[in-house]
This record gives sequence, structure tokens and C-alpha cells, in this order.
Amino acid sequence: MREQLATPHFVDAQPFDPGVSDPGRHEDERFYRASSLALIWWKFRRNRLAVVSAFVLLFFYAMVPFVEVIAPYGQSERNGDFLYAPPQPVHLFHDGEFVGPFVYPYSFTFNKETFTRDYVVDRTAPQRLRFFCQGSPYRFWGLVEMRFRLVCPPEGGTFFLMGTDRLGRDLLSRIIYGARISLVIGLVGIGVSFALGLFFGGVAGYLGGWVDSAIQRLIEILRSLPELPLWLALSAALPANWSPVAVFFGITIILGLLDWPGLARAVRSKLLALREEDFVKAAELMGASRTRIIARHLIPNFMSHLIASATLSIPSMILGETALSFLGLGLRPPVTSWGVLLNEAQNLAAVSLQPWLLWPIVPVVLVVLAFNFVGDGLRDAADPYHE
Amino acid sequence: MIRYLARRLATMLVTLLIISALIFIIIKLPPGDFLTNQIAELRAQGDASAAARAEFLVAQYGLDRPAWEQYLAWVGVWPGPGGDHAGLLQGNWGWSFEYDRPVREVVGDALWLTLLLNLTTVIFVHVVAIPIAIYSARRQYSIGDYVVTLFGYLGLATPSFLLALILLYYMNRWFGISIGGLYDPQFAGAPWTAEKVRSLAEHLIVPTIVIGLGGTAAMIRRMRANLLDELGKQYYVTARAKGLPPGKALLKYPFRMALNPFISDIGNLLPQLVSGSVLVSLVMSLPTVGPILLAALKAQDQYLAGFILMFVAVLTVVGMLISDILLAWLDPRIRLGGR
Repeated sequence: MREQLATPHFVDAQPFDPGVSDPGRHEDERFYRASSLALIWWKFRRNRLAVVSAFVLLFFYAMVPFVEVIAPYGQSERNGDFLYAPPQPVHLFHDGEFVGPFVYPYSFTFNKETFTRDYVVDRTAPQRLRFFCQGSPYRFWGLVEMRFRLVCPPEGGTFFLMGTDRLGRDLLSRIIYGARISLVIGLVGIGVSFALGLFFGGVAGYLGGWVDSAIQRLIEILRSLPELPLWLALSAALPANWSPVAVFFGITIILGLLDWPGLARAVRSKLLALREEDFVKAAELMGASRTRIIARHLIPNFMSHLIASATLSIPSMILGETALSFLGLGLRPPVTSWGVLLNEAQNLAAVSLQPWLLWPIVPVVLVVLAFNFVGDGLRDAADPYHE
Repeated sequence: MIRYLARRLATMLVTLLIISALIFIIIKLPPGDFLTNQIAELRAQGDASAAARAEFLVAQYGLDRPAWEQYLAWVGVWPGPGGDHAGLLQGNWGWSFEYDRPVREVVGDALWLTLLLNLTTVIFVHVVAIPIAIYSARRQYSIGDYVVTLFGYLGLATPSFLLALILLYYMNRWFGISIGGLYDPQFAGAPWTAEKVRSLAEHLIVPTIVIGLGGTAAMIRRMRANLLDELGKQYYVTARAKGLPPGKALLKYPFRMALNPFISDIGNLLPQLVSGSVLVSLVMSLPTVGPILLAALKAQDQYLAGFILMFVAVLTVVGMLISDILLAWLDPRIRLGGR
């Protein structure tokens, strides 16, 4: 046999080190040794839409702590001379010349036939916007008196990028302030629902037996009920003399109270499936306690799934708050949320005469979409060992 | 099949019983009730005779009894203040304190219109979602597919009440359909003639689209994913290889497979649609139970609010029962015997 080989074997004189010599292995090694978190991240990163959406969400949430600085006006600062003023667009060029960001001032005349204010734009006198400037005073986080703002209206002029409402309050500033409430309510609500879901799902999957079937029935019943009428009933039950902050927390808890069944069901089914896995048996044989098995081995295993499904249910919280506030049963002024803002745009006059009052829809839709995309991406990435 | 039906009906009744208890607890959560508030108000005004009348009503409707007794009397398994069983089970829906009329008269037509609105929406969702999903799955990654996907996401993300407002405005501007209501104003209280029915159909268009949009979007997404799963399977490839035209092959096998989760999905769809219809009715002031519910909740008109919540719950639970029966009938793989 041996003598039939026509060509001699090539033998490299270098010593063989599998870790270095095999170029293909290095990549594989990195893959096989990566933690599951890293694997999830790599898989998530491949979904372009989800990554972009994650940045959109980051942008919105990064705004939340600094709304006072970003908003050009205060939350309830009234400009009595500019009621229902239309949006004031930002221009860059005046008479073909570059001036930098500026606005044209406008003034109104009262139309005695239609009883509306007609705003006339004065195109001769551009007013430059000020950046990193001293604007109207505010209390940062309600604590420190400050005047520093990112953008200020021109000296003696106005800057209503999205127009004003019936009291002459700048809509853009109110949307920015509203972001704080609307975005936080989604997170707190999901926190409540997450805790409830983890508890009930965990108890059902852990104890089994009649507790399991009782919780299962409860989940089925809650899932078969239409949410909104119940939300309405529960919000109507909030005492009218509560402070707006108490109402805020009340609404958040109400939103979370009806949302947990989906999560609980996911927790239970994952617990049941994972309980049969070999690594659980191994841990049991090594003498680990049940709490340790659940906390160390089971929960980390399905946490990524839970976070994905939680992300997917944040939008329903945000939309729920919007709907409740829109109907006047949710948050009440002076608390400003996107729903409260939309409440002011709920008549047909707003749609036809002051269409800019509908601007708050845009952030609502953007945030809801972004949460959906990120949730989809997370769900696909949550199980990195499964192609 | 009959045993399955019997068991399914029994669980439904138990479910409804628990739901009724839940609803009653929620209604009773706010302190006081309509009459105590009214009595306090009348006392403050010094109207002693009206206050005495209201107190008489309190006794007549047993509002001075403990809450559990009120609940049982409301359901109809406990003798009411009149000494006889007169509750939901006996077909007595209670008394509306705000309107000073029986609940049955207050809700009246609104029940039928609610039912009609929800039924048209369910039909709309299916009629629109199925063809679009088939198209979108057949031409995956085509421009049409992307448009459908985009529209689907927007439908998911836009708050329905605002869409209602905007559509309403443009429908009025472009087609001259009167704003709000389910028929033109001159038909209010008129007998049902062909004209009135036509007006009703015209006014149903916007609410149906608005309420159904979210559900349609979700359904298209799920149906498309299901169909795509099935299209990759061998039996479909075999059917195509044997010369079956694509449309026929799709409708004959994968479509039927993808339809099952679709029917069981009615269970998820219904609560969502009913929620949507309540909200949209409020915005568009449709004469359904939505606006009555909101007013009743605000005024603590307990029997009226309780009945409407119960009606809405029955609507979804019965809808789910129907979808389960349909599923059991359509899918031979579902075992009826037990777990």
C-alpha cells in the first residue's frame, strides 16, 4: 500500500500548537467560550432595525432626567399673547444669506368674522435663536434654581417650534416634559407586572398541584377580560381627592395589575420545561437546595425570554396610559403626559383648526414602534444556542 | 363531542361566576355609592323630601345590606330586598339610579349596536387579513410585502382613538358623512327603515376600520409567519413538484394548516376588539355601551356599570367558546377526551 503513494508527504518542521496554528479555530474558540450574554448581544446586533430602535429609545430615555434643560420653555409657562399660535419653523437662510438657525416673528390680528386669531409672519426681521443660554428660571428636579437651557427663544421674541395650546403654552416643551411621565409610567407599570408575573408564575410552576391549576384558571379568566373597561372601572375607583402624584402611582399599579398573566404563563411554562433538564438534576444530586436551583440555574436561564416579553408589553402600558388620560380618567393636569396633551386635542376643532395639537402622537408612535422592534430583536436573540 | 361541549360550557359558567364577583368588587371599590352621594347632596341643599325619597330607594334596592348580600342578590341566588329572587339569572338587570329607569331600558338598543359593531369588526379583520397575509407570504420581500409590514406596524402603534378622530374628520370632509353617532341625526328614534339601515352601514365604516386595524395588523403578521413556515415544508414542495398550480397548492394544504392558530386566535382578538370598541365609541360618540359605561362609572351607578361590564365579559367569553368549538370541529388532531 505504502509504495503506491507517488508524492512524498509534506511535513512542517515547526512544532504544532493547535491554539495558534489553526486559523479557523480561533474564531470558533471565541464563540464557544463566549458567555450567553455575549452571544445574545452578537445575535441582537445583527438585527439592524432593533439596534436602530434601541438607539431611539436610548435617546428618549436619556432625555428624561434633563427635560428642564432641554425644553425651551417651562412646563406651564403661559404666553398670553400667543394663544393657539401655529408652529414657528426654524430657518437657516434669510434673503439667500446664511444667518444660522433663526425664526421669523409673528403677530396676530383678531378676525372678527370667524372669531379666530390670524397670525401674520413678519418675514423682514429674522430673530436668531440662542443656544446654551440663560432662559426663564426653573427648579432643576424641583431642587436647584437654574436658568441654563439648551435652546432659548430670541431676545424679546418667541420660539414655538410646534405651536402653542389654548393657554399659550409651548407644545414642544410640554411634549418634552410629558416624555418624563409617559416613559416612566411604562417602566414602573412593567415592573409591577413583572413582579406579579414572576411571583404567580413561579409559585404555579414550583408548587404544582392545585395551586398551579388555580393560578392557571385565574390567568385564563383575566386574559379573557377586555382590559380597557376594567382599567376604566379601576381608575374611576381612584379617590378624587388624591394628589396628582398619588393618582400617577395609582394608574401605574392599575396598568400593571391586569398585565401580568402573560408573563406568569411564560414563567410557569419555562420553569416546567427547565425542571426536567440534566443540569438541574446534576445540581440536585450535588445537594443544592431548591431555592438555590431556582435562583442560580433556572431564573438566569429564562430571564432573557422574560425581558423580551416584558419589552413587548411596555407599549400596551404606554398606550393604556394615553387612552385613560385621553378619556379624562387617567392622569390629571398639572401632571403632563402625552395622553394629557392629547386630551386637549380630542375635539374636531383641534383637528381642523389647530392640527399642531396632534404632535404628541408622533413621540407615542415612535416609542411604541421602537419598543416593538427592540422586543422582537430581543426575542429572536434570547435563545442564542438555538439557530 | 357532546361531552367536550358539556365540559366547556361548565367551565364557562364557572368563569362567568368568578368574573361577576370580580366586577362587583371593582364596582364597589370607590367609597359610597350613587344614592349616598345624592342623599348627602340633597341634605346639603336642604331638600328633605327628596332625601327621604332617596333613602327609600336605598332600602328598596338593598344598598344598606352588606356587600356580599348585595352581590348575591344582584346575581339572583339570594332573595333581594323585595323577598324574591330577582337578579341577573332571572333576567332582571337591575335599576339605574342616575336615569331612574330599569337598566334594561337604559341600555336597550345599545346592546344590539355593540354586538353589531363587534361582529362587523371581527368579519372585517378576517376578510382583510387573510388575503393580505396570503399575498404577503407568497411574495416575501417584495415591495408589497414591505408596504404591508410597515402598515401593520403603524396599525399596531397608532392609538386608535386618535385615528378615529382624524378619519372621522376626513370622512366628513370628503364624503359628507355626519360626525359621530351610528346613523344620521334625523333617524334617531325613528323606526328601522331601509334608509336608516343604509345610514347605519355608512356610519359603521370608520369605526370598523379603526377598531379592527390593530387586530388586522397583528393577524396579518401571525398568519404570514405561519404560512411561511408551512411553505418551506416538504409536502408543499411535493405538491408543487407534482404539478399543482401554486395558488391551488397553497389553498389546499398550507392555508388550512395556517388557519388553525388563526381561529384559536379569536380568543386573543376578542378582548382587544371589545376594548377598542369601547374606547372608539367614546371618541366618536357611538350609541353603544361604551359611553354609557363611562358615565355610569363616573356616577357610581353600580347596577348599570356592573351590567355593562358583565355584558362585555359575556361577549368575549362566549366568543372564545365559539372559537374553541370551531377549532375542535375543524381540526381532527385536537383530542376532546381530556388532557
